[in-house]
Amino acid sequence: MAASSVAASELLHSMNKRLSIVYPKASFVIRRINTSSPRCGSQPQLRAKRAPQQLVGVVGLEVHAQINSNTKLFSGSGVRFSAPPNSLVSPFDASLPGTLPVLNKRCVEAAVMTGLALDCTINRKSLFDRKHYFYADLPAGYQITQQRRPIAVDGMLTYSLLGGKKRSQVIRKTVSIKQIQLEQDSGKSLHDDLRSQTLIDLNRAGVGLMELVMEPDMSCGEEAAAAVRELQLILQALGTCQGNMSEGQLRVDANVSVHRPGEPLGVRTEVKNINSVRYLARAIDYEIKRQIGVLQRGGAVQNETRAYDSKSGETIPMRDKEGLQDYRFMPEPNLPPLIVYEDNASLPSGIDACQAVVVQKIREGLPELPSVKRDRLVQTYGILPEHSFTLVNEDGLVEYFEAVLKATKMQPRKVIGWVTNELVGHLKQQDMSVNQSPISPSALAELLELQETGHISSSVAKQVFQEMWRSSGRTAPEIIQEQDLGLVSDTAQLHSICQKVVDSHPDEVHAIRNGNEKVLNKLMGLVQKETKGRADPVLVRAILREKTS
Amino acid sequence: MLSLTIREVSLALREGRISPTELCRKCLNRIKKTQHLNAYISVTEELALKQAQEAETRLLQGAPKGPLDGIPFAVKDNFCTEKIKTTCASRMLKDYTPPYNATVVQKLFDQGAVLMGKTNMDEFAMGAGSTDGAFGPVRNPWSYAAPYREQTGAAPDSDWVITGGSSGGSAAAVASLTGYLALGSDTGGSTRNPGALCGLVALKPTYGLLSRHGLIPLVNSMDVPGIMTRSVSDAAIVLGILQGTDIRDSTTVPAPSSLTELPEYFDVKNICVGIPKEYHAPGLSEETLAQWSRVADMFERAGARVKQVSLPHTQYSILCYRVLCYAEVASNMARFDGLEYGHRSEVNSSTEAMYALSRHEGFNDVVRERILSGNYFLLKQNYQHYFVKAQKVRRLIADDFKHVFGLGVDVLLTPTTLTDAARYADFIQEDNQTRSMQEDVFTQPVNLAGLPAVSVPTALSRRGLPIGLQLIGPALQDQKLLSVSQWIEQRVGFPSISHYGESSEGRHDTGMTKREQTSAV
Repeated sequence: MAASSVAASELLHSMNKRLSIVYPKASFVIRRINTSSPRCGSQPQLRAKRAPQQLVGVVGLEVHAQINSNTKLFSGSGVRFSAPPNSLVSPFDASLPGTLPVLNKRCVEAAVMTGLALDCTINRKSLFDRKHYFYADLPAGYQITQQRRPIAVDGMLTYSLLGGKKRSQVIRKTVSIKQIQLEQDSGKSLHDDLRSQTLIDLNRAGVGLMELVMEPDMSCGEEAAAAVRELQLILQALGTCQGNMSEGQLRVDANVSVHRPGEPLGVRTEVKNINSVRYLARAIDYEIKRQIGVLQRGGAVQNETRAYDSKSGETIPMRDKEGLQDYRFMPEPNLPPLIVYEDNASLPSGIDACQAVVVQKIREGLPELPSVKRDRLVQTYGILPEHSFTLVNEDGLVEYFEAVLKATKMQPRKVIGWVTNELVGHLKQQDMSVNQSPISPSALAELLELQETGHISSSVAKQVFQEMWRSSGRTAPEIIQEQDLGLVSDTAQLHSICQKVVDSHPDEVHAIRNGNEKVLNKLMGLVQKETKGRADPVLVRAILREKTS
Repeated sequence: MLSLTIREVSLALREGRISPTELCRKCLNRIKKTQHLNAYISVTEELALKQAQEAETRLLQGAPKGPLDGIPFAVKDNFCTEKIKTTCASRMLKDYTPPYNATVVQKLFDQGAVLMGKTNMDEFAMGAGSTDGAFGPVRNPWSYAAPYREQTGAAPDSDWVITGGSSGGSAAAVASLTGYLALGSDTGGSTRNPGALCGLVALKPTYGLLSRHGLIPLVNSMDVPGIMTRSVSDAAIVLGILQGTDIRDSTTVPAPSSLTELPEYFDVKNICVGIPKEYHAPGLSEETLAQWSRVADMFERAGARVKQVSLPHTQYSILCYRVLCYAEVASNMARFDGLEYGHRSEVNSSTEAMYALSRHEGFNDVVRERILSGNYFLLKQNYQHYFVKAQKVRRLIADDFKHVFGLGVDVLLTPTTLTDAARYADFIQEDNQTRSMQEDVFTQPVNLAGLPAVSVPTALSRRGLPIGLQLIGPALQDQKLLSVSQWIEQRVGFPSISHYGESSEGRHDTGMTKREQTSAV
């Protein structure tokens, strides 16, 4: 597991994977928030036209992504969320004297893979440093990080927002990734105010983190939220981080300032304690508003750390740990430079290829990234871009969709509606994930096939879907038969029902005869009502037309 | 029996002339008899007897694990030992028991070696006298041997001399025949310095050749486990066992050769011995200088090429060492906060107050001063000025060595210390920092460059105390260095302490009682 010396190489900029994203769910949420903060620059040209004195927000992010690995960055202890306190702690994690760090190869590979997916340059040689501060959950008194020379630099994250009047227009944006550095996570302090004690859990101490530093290229909460959501999808697709914000696998701190465009950046605050994408947008927009308010009242923004309080929706100053910190960085003397190699050919002799980190091998193993997947879905199935976002956003939904397509002749454009509306709607309502769906792809396909072949109407199909959702395991044909929902296409029977409707609605018949075609629909509705929606609409229309001509 | 070499006693064990338990008991008795030296912080009697018993079983079955099976040894108290207290001679760790063995300790256990105990030292290895530990100073066994007593008429209870440090306990343990080898640590000379003052062979291997896993660090980038024995070939045997890569220490390198036997006859005709002129330092005693010349002449007479060389940056080594050492000390000591282990103050008004008091109470003045200075060097505003500059100087010093070795020099011959051992009463007149700066002058540059060096005893001074010379070789040439050392050893005729017999024990006993009284204060 451990790689004492890992190898290295510069990343060829061969990857042109620009990521384009919109996240309809998130932007739905954000849209709501955003009504209160119209300054977000989804249309920069508009902003420029506004009065130049207008203050605008500038947002940069620092993202700590916990590396999805079996063991910690520098020790063999397991990594597991919510394990019993202090059950995953090796002598090194507790900083017992005499212990030394041993670099975990998997963590290096995860960082390289993430760097490649974000178009970073992978540093052939990177270095580890110690960052010192005293805190109860930092047993060594320092954190091992990569301050001088991180493993990956100069990357780019492309994300998308829904913009335009109807918010149906996909707007692509990019944010520069300054660097990705490997570092240790800290433990957790639990404060027991009642007994005025602090309890320490070191399970998390030493877990591998990738710190991604984003340049202040964003201007509002919505952009930051969309960028983070895209990053989340990328990390999950790569498998380098599980990306669950509420479990702390992805932690986002926002650096927020305001200024007038063209002028130097204002004094920034750092907003912490944000544990969902939704709160990220709210926290940033609140902070921008707050800073503008401070300046407009003639005050000055303080360079400080603020915490987001999700209950009040406000940011509040954090008690500063020790005033201004001097981290007294110094090189970590127990770890030689981290070397990664471009390809097997560049491995020096005597280096075991299994021990080395080879960029080429990782590049070849890169999975399909979310933006590529969305483009492919749009092209292959002719669905709308926004549908591709919904598909990619939900873990397992693309696979579900494609499995349904395989088992039905129904057009993808029609199937997508079922998947994104009926299925996702039901899932959301009950807070379920795709793989928890009581309706399997093949069961849904069977239902859609019945509609497609004219055995049931679309309204009945929806009715059956509901029934299938409620009583998992019952098939569509079973439900249709039991509840007698099959399409009535017995001409004699339909003739008699239509006749009844025509006879009892002379006024409507008259109107139709006078050329008002629309009234025919009313009669059709009455027939469907009579048949509980089971009548074959094509047949009914033909019969009614005949009887009213 | 106790004064034999490892090779000799190993043979005796195999031939059944003595059993491991007998040998172990002899050493334990010897430890009791020499308690006044204060060489040991803990004596692991029970474990030693158990290990000796196990070795005995193996030997009886004719299946010893190797040349060290059943051989008593001692370990400096800054190497972690599982279930055995490891104190670093500090209040901070006085009750600390590690859950694991240092790799080098484990390797000796794996060979069947028998641990007698953990040896005394300067607190956290910061010192050059073994006088600044929480368990009191270590006394040099030669203080009680006939030559010193007769030459100086010294009174043993007041005129005893220091061992040097910081691995003085290990040096005293081997010199007083309580074990056949001891582990020390060497960051700026801490193995070679007491080795020289106690008349031992003291090897500081190439940085990275021996694992530091489990060695409580002083300066990670300079620390190496050191080997102390009474003969060069013993040191070679131990080196052969301890060397090599360790998955737990990423700075280790593969051993260039697994050879542990030194050639019986080593021809020095074709080697080039460098005499660095900068080592004619102020304060170098006439006698040490004489030994230096004597051995240089020996080489010359034997046909070796002896030439003066220059290591021009030597004079900056001490200051460079101080900055780098104190900075790493500040960092390494940050973990001792009293939370997970170690001394914790009674004060619990706040976490910060608890930290501050635990550290204040746990560390002595020397440690605290180094932490303070080190943090100053690492401050953002000072980093370039001190730390970075010191690193550059370190490179220049390393390049000095590289340069002379590049000129065809095979080994450098230098004194190990300026003089023979100082009287304790004289030594403590100066503060720790001044003493360290004086004492480490010949040994420190080697640590900055990561090179192998060995101190070999050559003679007794007029005061009847050992004088040692140092050989320095290119990286990973440890084996060759030992071969040259053995050549010297074979010719200088350094006497064994056992030649001088036991001195009267009644006086030692009183001496010990007094010491215990004083150290209890």
